[in-house]
Amino acid sequence: MNFLTKRFMVSAVLGSLLAVSAHAATLNIHNGGDPTSLDPQKLSGDWENRIAGDIFEGLVTEDAKDNPIPGQAESWKVSDDGKVYTFKLRDGIKWSDGQPVTAGDFVFALQRLVDPKNASDYAYLQFTIKNAEKISKGEIADLSQLGVKAIDDKTLEITLENPTPYFINALMHYTAYPLPKHVVEAKGADWVKIGNIVTNGPYKPTEWVPGSHVTTVKNDQYYGVKDLKIDGAKFFVLEDQEAALKRYRAGEFDILTDFPTDQYEWMKKNLPGQAHVAPFSGLYYYVVNSQKPPFSDKRVRQALSMAINREVIGPQILGTGELPAYSWVPPGTANYGEPAYVSWKDMSYKDKVEEAKKLLKEAGFGPDHPLTAELKYNTNDNHKRIAVAIASMWKPLGVNVELVNAETKVHYDQLQRGEVQIGRAGWLADYNDPDNFLNLLVTGVQMNYGRWSNPEYDKLIKDGNAQTDLTKRAELFKQAEQIALDDSAALPIYYYVSKNVVSPKIEGFVDNVQDIHRTRWLSMKE
Amino acid sequence: MIKYALRRLLSTIPVLWIAVTACFFVLRLAPGGPFDGERPLPPVILKNLAAHYNLDKPLVQQYLIYVGDLLRGDLGPSFASEDFTVAQQIMIGLPYTFTIGTAAFLLAIVVGVVVGCLGALYQNKMPDYILGAMILVGVVLPNFLIAPVLQLIFGIHLAWLPVGGWGDGSLKYLIMPVVVLALPHAGRISRITRGSMIEVMGQNYIRTAKAKGIGPRLTIMRHALKPAMMPVVSYLGPAASYLLTGSLVVESVFGLPGIGRYFINAALNRDYGMVLGTVIFYMVLIVILNLLVDIAYAWLDPKVRNR
Repeated sequence: MNFLTKRFMVSAVLGSLLAVSAHAATLNIHNGGDPTSLDPQKLSGDWENRIAGDIFEGLVTEDAKDNPIPGQAESWKVSDDGKVYTFKLRDGIKWSDGQPVTAGDFVFALQRLVDPKNASDYAYLQFTIKNAEKISKGEIADLSQLGVKAIDDKTLEITLENPTPYFINALMHYTAYPLPKHVVEAKGADWVKIGNIVTNGPYKPTEWVPGSHVTTVKNDQYYGVKDLKIDGAKFFVLEDQEAALKRYRAGEFDILTDFPTDQYEWMKKNLPGQAHVAPFSGLYYYVVNSQKPPFSDKRVRQALSMAINREVIGPQILGTGELPAYSWVPPGTANYGEPAYVSWKDMSYKDKVEEAKKLLKEAGFGPDHPLTAELKYNTNDNHKRIAVAIASMWKPLGVNVELVNAETKVHYDQLQRGEVQIGRAGWLADYNDPDNFLNLLVTGVQMNYGRWSNPEYDKLIKDGNAQTDLTKRAELFKQAEQIALDDSAALPIYYYVSKNVVSPKIEGFVDNVQDIHRTRWLSMKE
Repeated sequence: MIKYALRRLLSTIPVLWIAVTACFFVLRLAPGGPFDGERPLPPVILKNLAAHYNLDKPLVQQYLIYVGDLLRGDLGPSFASEDFTVAQQIMIGLPYTFTIGTAAFLLAIVVGVVVGCLGALYQNKMPDYILGAMILVGVVLPNFLIAPVLQLIFGIHLAWLPVGGWGDGSLKYLIMPVVVLALPHAGRISRITRGSMIEVMGQNYIRTAKAKGIGPRLTIMRHALKPAMMPVVSYLGPAASYLLTGSLVVESVFGLPGIGRYFINAALNRDYGMVLGTVIFYMVLIVILNLLVDIAYAWLDPKVRNR
């Protein structure tokens, strides 16, 4: 064997070893859409959160089960009135360029978030912080009036408008991530470009091909870098779920973050244990315009709600076993316990229909005077299937439903204008707290598409939010929820489920209600 | 010739302006705005966003700002992407789209012309029927059906090719998308070639060539092919503009970073800047390609050249 051949063989062996190990530790995630930005203040989708939460870290971060754990802050204290939080930052935390992460970076980031000039979509999630909303509205021009102060480089003090029990949960959100002040100030809007961007999370982005993928690698400056089992991730853009499943089957993806529901049965058989379907904190519901007759009549709303056979929707129409919703707040929501339920939850479906017929009759509708209603939904196969099914469930009541679909933008525009009789809507929790759902029915709130209004409900929510005692708060909220349910303020249909497909070689993937799975908790076996 | 080309290019400017203007205003008539979505934004945030993108100004003023920027070569921002402008997104996607589109274009021409010639040569005989049937399948089956079937066969069952993605851009990643994209065009080109070739082969000068004892291959190559290509060439202009602007289906099924998806998604997202950007890009491309077709015509047909 001559020298060259030997050298070639050695390098070939080494090369293949390297290739194997490099492949083994890169996670290929099917991530859905293209991110709007890598700037955490410009995001709004879960596909963006997956990337942002891997490359940035807030004061508080998520463990594998999405429970809050110390992130950049090692500890914090809350004042007795529940309004002032004092955070102590970890020692030695650094940006990926080696510069220290300071309390000033958090002040800078939160001020930028609420600055109207920055026009951040999601700034309102941090409106619990003192003066945040006023600054965002332009009522206060001085950004330093925001209730976020750096006592020194290691100590951050955040003052809230009101005691907010879910504030620590809200801090896990990407709107509360710090930004590298030194880079944003030096590079301006270009700070976020690959090559300029520096991050403080477990990973840092190295490549972004719009329409294809974002690549991340380990951030050597991260305090927990030694514990990372995955070297980096590729977040693939692919909106076609069928195609994504095929790529998963071919081994091109390790994790799918959604899958076509009609493939679920097939997957259970052919990819056993790989399809994860788990409760997800989201609600699928129908809005009923309670300002316009005949839907201003509570009996009509209740009849429609009772006649929906929720038990068949998850298992039979969707096929992924979504749980029927008889409450407004999904069970399992933090700071709440068991939610309130509609009083007729446990009646048999037959009895419900009988009761519904009676209610409609009282309201003046019946076979000879049928109720006609327009049901609007945004164009989507599943929404259509559900609408068709529900229309046929209402048929025996003598309700004639006209189905109208529109693309998402148009549909939500109509919902917001109140140009619907009955309309499909859905809500995914921004943070794990009942307030996030209950707020949807408060008078004057934009997402209150049905324009349902009840002063007592509004007062209970307001009083609940002023409470520092979580048990008392939950009690007030539950009373409010009961009022809304008794009045059929809207028609809850099912609780969402999260749908992931996880390769058997991935370990550490724990299903949780927020469906957040940071790469730092995952590992990969050969 | 150059003068002619220049005149043609200049004459498109008013057309372009009319298209941009119409598109700009028609877009605003569509219900729903760029910031409507499953999650409505608070009025204060909407106000800030509108101000950020100049959407709070009177429509005419917005139009003037847009045209002003356009004249400076700036296509403006895209609402769907904070980090890339409209021009940047198109420029990033273009190489991918052009690579796949050009490859599909060439493949469609080669396959289409060869199959078409064979069909004409063996008119109404077995090879003609077999090829004709195959081509019909290519034309009739939509690509959103063919693509997943190919993925299933070659990507999963045989595992010869990657199911999707651009990977390192090597040939194995390109084969399936290019074939799917080329197939319907290859079909149409072969039909046109066959028809045109049959017609040309019946001409007197071909009969003369045959009578002189020139073999069928030489007759086609030397005498029949060029005139038979005239109708094919006029089809190539629109075909090229179609292929070079990418395909939403092929890109989304194979997960490729081209520009095809912008054409549909931008309209659905009410991404005003991106819609206008794609319209302008498409128009410029069509103008250039039509010009190239006309030049090719002149080269192929002396009657056109001398006019």
